Amino acid sequence: MTTQSRVPSIPAPAAPRTGRRAPVRGRTLRTDRWWAQPAVTVAVLTSFVVYSTWAAFVDRDYFWEPYLSPFYSPCLATRCGLVPGSQGAPHVGIFGSWWIISPAIIILIVPLGFRLTCYYYRKAYYRSFWLSPPACAVAEPHRRYTGETRFPLILQNVHRYFFYLGFLLNIVLSYDAVIAFRDHQGRWGHAGLGTLVLVLNALLLWAYTLSCHSCRGIVGGRLNHFSRHPVRYRLWTWVSRWNRYHGQIAWVSLVWVALADLYVRLVAAGWITDVRFF
Amino acid sequence: MGYDLKLRVWRGDENGGGLVDFTVPVEEGEVVLDAIHRLQATQAHDLAVRWNCKAGKCGSCSAEINGRPRLMCMTRLSLFDPAEPVTVTPLRTFPVIRDLVTDVSFNYEKAKTVPPFTPPEGLALGEYRMAQVDVERSQEFRKCIECFLCQNVCHVIRDHEENKQHFAGPRFFIRYAELDMHPLDTLDRKRQLRDEHGLGLCNITKCCTEVCPEGIKITDNAIIPMKERVVDTRYDPLTRFIRRFRSPEQPRRPAPERQGQTAADS
Repeated sequence: MTTQSRVPSIPAPAAPRTGRRAPVRGRTLRTDRWWAQPAVTVAVLTSFVVYSTWAAFVDRDYFWEPYLSPFYSPCLATRCGLVPGSQGAPHVGIFGSWWIISPAIIILIVPLGFRLTCYYYRKAYYRSFWLSPPACAVAEPHRRYTGETRFPLILQNVHRYFFYLGFLLNIVLSYDAVIAFRDHQGRWGHAGLGTLVLVLNALLLWAYTLSCHSCRGIVGGRLNHFSRHPVRYRLWTWVSRWNRYHGQIAWVSLVWVALADLYVRLVAAGWITDVRFF
Repeated sequence: MGYDLKLRVWRGDENGGGLVDFTVPVEEGEVVLDAIHRLQATQAHDLAVRWNCKAGKCGSCSAEINGRPRLMCMTRLSLFDPAEPVTVTPLRTFPVIRDLVTDVSFNYEKAKTVPPFTPPEGLALGEYRMAQVDVERSQEFRKCIECFLCQNVCHVIRDHEENKQHFAGPRFFIRYAELDMHPLDTLDRKRQLRDEHGLGLCNITKCCTEVCPEGIKITDNAIIPMKERVVDTRYDPLTRFIRRFRSPEQPRRPAPERQGQTAADS
């Protein structure tokens, strides 16, 4: 026997109850150090933004054969290689010689947009910078709240496009890590501390990109019948496993990319000598 | 070993009230609800408190303990410093009835507006056939005990009463996710979820996940996947373009407009 499935009718919502909330005084009654996590987030993110802004605009000391700073890769202006500490830097002159400021500005839009619209970072900066809310059950200071329904925050929905671009960027950074297995004269089969730094950087960025919530949705999250898509289901379970650690990976990869730039910068500027393994 | 617990309980009703200090003898291994019951039995016989199973499965004894939304029956006293008072207040987001009891009917009204499970036409009860792998995701959301701690902690309505009209809250976002991911459901509720139930108001700060006593990954497994599905249909022209040339897994009908709704509402 079969039945006819009918589309259910949906009642209009009833008028909200007009009772009053318990007048409990104070922004929160929490007694733990709820402010510690947003404070640490502000400190780390601000440090990163200050360092990366300086590193992006300083426009020198970003290449020492065979190491190219991840902040300047891929280098898209012919200006690359002409400034001190960048001689011989590989580049694609898409932007030509008319681009007269740091070429890092061009490519950094991709990781900046990817991290700015990332679901994890949104949580981190909404809580710590915008205090919306600063911590769970701690009242936020804003009188009105529209969330991500209006401009500019509705643009957070473009996250997946930055994921696609970030994926392509990771391929380039992985290439940089591979060509770092050369010595300063360009001979293959050598490695130094910089090689290790760039390889770890590429691995962490892949971990961050592939554990992303948008990636999870794209590989299989939008399916309702996993049983009909065994390969995508396997990919989805793999991404889901990594997705649990997306927040931690986000922090580690963020700090490491800055350290990678710093290492290349110190070597290119002659402040330190690259430690050669073989 | 027992000790005297300094208990600070909010007492009053919608006309006013405040925190009242009590000293209650407690034993090792007890939970906050035990202390509240002892207080009720020995000192404050008219104290209003809602409870039922004492096992973290009915979702009745939700309250705020030292400012954090928790189930009283699942909060061990050993979490707290015996020298410091433990403060118990009613849920802040909902109207208070008396003492620790609040009116959570907001949630029941919202529940009525979520279009229910709608199987394919011609499929009777007992004829549903699904692969386990297809329903596993939805099953996580079935663990919800409707304690409404997630609704209570969500700042969208906790700090902004005016949003209650347009926001269903995390409890119903997992209901939407459960239905949208169900292999046999035939309704497309994404427009409703976005336009009428305020998915875009959620800024994924994960407090709902932090307070869930059932450990449901509300944000990661329900809200964000639903946001991604809304992006698929609303904000991502590339996916929409590609989908034009591929038949969907199972075509879905749009969810019905709610009663009394006009085109201008949407």
